[in-house]
Amino acid sequence: MAAPLTLLLIVAVTIRAVLFRSSLAELISERVEVVSPLNAWKRVVEGLALLDLGVSPYSGDVFHETPLMIYLFHFTVDYAEIVFMVSPYFVDCLSCLLASLDRAKIAIGSNNLKSDLLFNFPGCLRHIISFSTCGLNNAIIALFIFCTLKGSALLSGILLALATYQSIYPLTLFAPALLFFLQRLYIPVNLRRSSFWCFTLQYAFIYVGSLVVITGLSFFLLGSWDFIPSVYGFIFSVPDLTPNIGLFWYFFAEMFEHFRLFFICVFQINVFFYTIPLSIKLKEHPVFLIFMQIAIISIFKSYPTVGDVALYMAFLPAWSHLYRFLRNIFLVSCVLLACSALFPVLWHLWIYAGSANSNFYYAITLLFNFGQILLVSDYFYAYLRREHHLTHGLYLKKKDGTEATLVLK
Amino acid sequence: CQPHPGSFQEELVIRPLHSGDIYASFQFRTLWDTDFLQEGQKKVSHYRLFPKSLGQVLSKFSVQELHISFTQGFWRTMQWGQPFIPSPPGAELWVWFHDTVSDVDGNWKELTNVLSGIFCASLNFIDMTNTVQPSASFKPLGLGNATDHRFLRYATLPREIVCTENLTPWKKLLPCGSKAGLAVLMKSEKLFHSSFHSQAVHIRPICQQCTSKAWELRQTLNVVFDHYTSGQGKKEWSLFKMFSRTLTEACPLASSSKVYVDITDNPELFELSPATPLLSQAVVLGDRRTYSVYDLTRAETFGQLRSFNLLLRWKGDSGDMLRPLLHAERYVAGFGLQTGEIHTVIYNNHPYRAFPVLLMDSVPWYLQLYIHTLTVTSKSRDNKPSYIHYQPAKDRHRPHLLEMLIQLPPHSMTEVTVQFERALLKWTEYTPDPNHGFYVGSSVVSALVPSMVAMSTNFTQDQPLFSSFVPVKEESSYFVRVYTEPLLVNLPTPDFSMPYNVICLTCTVVAVGYGSFYNLLTRTFQVDEPSPPLAKRLANFIRRIRGVPLLA
Repeated sequence: MAAPLTLLLIVAVTIRAVLFRSSLAELISERVEVVSPLNAWKRVVEGLALLDLGVSPYSGDVFHETPLMIYLFHFTVDYAEIVFMVSPYFVDCLSCLLASLDRAKIAIGSNNLKSDLLFNFPGCLRHIISFSTCGLNNAIIALFIFCTLKGSALLSGILLALATYQSIYPLTLFAPALLFFLQRLYIPVNLRRSSFWCFTLQYAFIYVGSLVVITGLSFFLLGSWDFIPSVYGFIFSVPDLTPNIGLFWYFFAEMFEHFRLFFICVFQINVFFYTIPLSIKLKEHPVFLIFMQIAIISIFKSYPTVGDVALYMAFLPAWSHLYRFLRNIFLVSCVLLACSALFPVLWHLWIYAGSANSNFYYAITLLFNFGQILLVSDYFYAYLRREHHLTHGLYLKKKDGTEATLVLK
Repeated sequence: CQPHPGSFQEELVIRPLHSGDIYASFQFRTLWDTDFLQEGQKKVSHYRLFPKSLGQVLSKFSVQELHISFTQGFWRTMQWGQPFIPSPPGAELWVWFHDTVSDVDGNWKELTNVLSGIFCASLNFIDMTNTVQPSASFKPLGLGNATDHRFLRYATLPREIVCTENLTPWKKLLPCGSKAGLAVLMKSEKLFHSSFHSQAVHIRPICQQCTSKAWELRQTLNVVFDHYTSGQGKKEWSLFKMFSRTLTEACPLASSSKVYVDITDNPELFELSPATPLLSQAVVLGDRRTYSVYDLTRAETFGQLRSFNLLLRWKGDSGDMLRPLLHAERYVAGFGLQTGEIHTVIYNNHPYRAFPVLLMDSVPWYLQLYIHTLTVTSKSRDNKPSYIHYQPAKDRHRPHLLEMLIQLPPHSMTEVTVQFERALLKWTEYTPDPNHGFYVGSSVVSALVPSMVAMSTNFTQDQPLFSSFVPVKEESSYFVRVYTEPLLVNLPTPDFSMPYNVICLTCTVVAVGYGSFYNLLTRTFQVDEPSPPLAKRLANFIRRIRGVPLLA
């Protein structure tokens, strides 16, 4: 396991290094599908330049990173390339770990390390040379999942706080992490049991405590709370309508002013809304719940990029055993591939050639998100169906002995 | 009976330009020895020469200095030289408030609306999204050592169009109106049929022999008549041809009423009639010029016909004019609707002296500037500005403000470039003609240019108005302000016919997600048992009523 993994890692490092140095890097770092106003590297450099000029980076509307990012990049701005090259590896390693873990639990199939790389590649390639801090955010989430799977509640809470601090949406990962730990410690999820509350409060305390500490540290960097409206206010109120692969930008560009607040609330609640129902349904399967949550965040967040898409797609190989139950995988892969090809084409036609207009790009956005939703719900269906087969047998028969079909009722 | 301290002077300067055009500059100056802003004094209610509307505005909003200009056309520095009073295309307003004002923004907002009414202009479009507070570029031109730029507000509307409706209220502010004096020449059909037209009002407190404070109101009107649009091929200008009027009398309220004609390049260039023995020399804009003076308060100027018409007949071909020492241009580079670059090019044409200039740029918020891409190069080498004041924009609240002090090497071209990204606005924020583009106001380049000729620092009453507009602090340099072209930038537009469709389609996609998850969360897998035929179902129904066991 170690040797092929190391070999793969070396190969990946080489490919990434080569691509970073090529002229492709600058081209891709400007693309709207890859960078967003929240995590563009150009904006980080701008924020640091403003700091050098003596102006707070949060006084304008160009810099929306958290103060800890300023801390980090102030010293490593010259070594940024290395940071960006290293961070996606956390995601890669984690997906390997997940694949091996799940398989060990279920004991199905053979070693599929190569299939893991295969799945990784299309996902990561899209954000492989993007100069954006999305890679760092993904790395933190990957580390958090790693620590959760290894059973370290303290580290997991701290990393989750860090991930939440970076962008608020990982808050929804609190529930699956909690469920995982409860399952691991054999504490039943029963609201009347004191052991449940005991552990929940402990974990919540670690999480909230680290969040408070990190926020306090950020206050002391620039001596003001300016970063809260600039970062979190920006994520929630979506003032910047730069086109991206999400659903928010055109919706709020064409919104009647009267209803803007209402729809902002609706769209933001939509991200957090599925946590409780999914946790109830998947309380025995917290790892899959984490995957579902990450996928929902990536689809419905306010400024998604292909980096977020690559994060949950990197975990798909862990559920390669669900392949036989997937219903729409061909359609979904065709849709996603076609959209990936059409995004740059229609962007060019709208912005540079002037022969298309914004509706073309918006249509592909809709299709892409529809494809993603279909993919995620397809995997969910396959997972639930497999669970059903595990308890009721693979070949089901009707009352009269003929082969049965399974439906959702 | 109180004395009425105050005086009114009017003058017209005609400067033939080397390109064959003619530059006419009117200045009307009203001096009034009173203090609006002094506490305890009786509220001023008697206005004689000073217009009442402006006086009330000054006292209500505690204005220390007010400068407003309306310009149509762009001043071509390289062909016409430096103007007496520079102004950018469109409308420009900058105001210094008195330091007793507590809410400057509130006063500014009300002031712009009141001025909008006085001048019949759409100055109400000035709001916080296009107002800046320059820290160094617009120091007070009058009294007052105000250094706190919190009391300064500057705004420009490059899209503002100037027409007769703006000229009429401007003329009404004059003591004689347009009935007597030089103002009779201001007929809009001729004034707007020109290459450049600019009317301005400048109010400032000045020092009357430094014993008492007085308010000075200057109304200036600069116009450049085009040689070619006049229609005739002959190079001949007269007052009648320029303004379709001649002068018949001076304004009775004026203490001085003069017409100056720049004859520095005479007699090779043109011939002037009627001749006049009065000559005057003045150092203006770093150059010593000779002027023929016609005093309209003297009856013999009007001759027997009681009408004064100036005639200039061109003789030779235009020679080389003195190259202006400071000149600036600006343009947008790049392609596509995503990014772009603003290039500002500043020329220093002095053969051996270097001097610093202050460049002020106010860029609207929807063009997001990236200050880390700012480069200043002179003679293809990096030229680091010694002072940079940058205030980044806040979306929908305030624009970018960039002020830099750049040292220009002698005889060189300096290029300032900065990259920007174009934002997508909400559909309601676009103007009705979104594909026309969005205007970016002119950059302002202010400098103390070294002068070849010694400037006089004494201010005398007899000094012509055009040379006393800007206070001269030292002899070896004069103050110049150059405005660049405004920019026209296209932004990406959404489809304006689509709001309902977009809401429906996006909500559909979200609902598809919701529907799929709802199905999977609330339903369970069951083996599909086919429903029994209708007869059996009916039989079961009847059996259930009877209470008998059901069929299989």
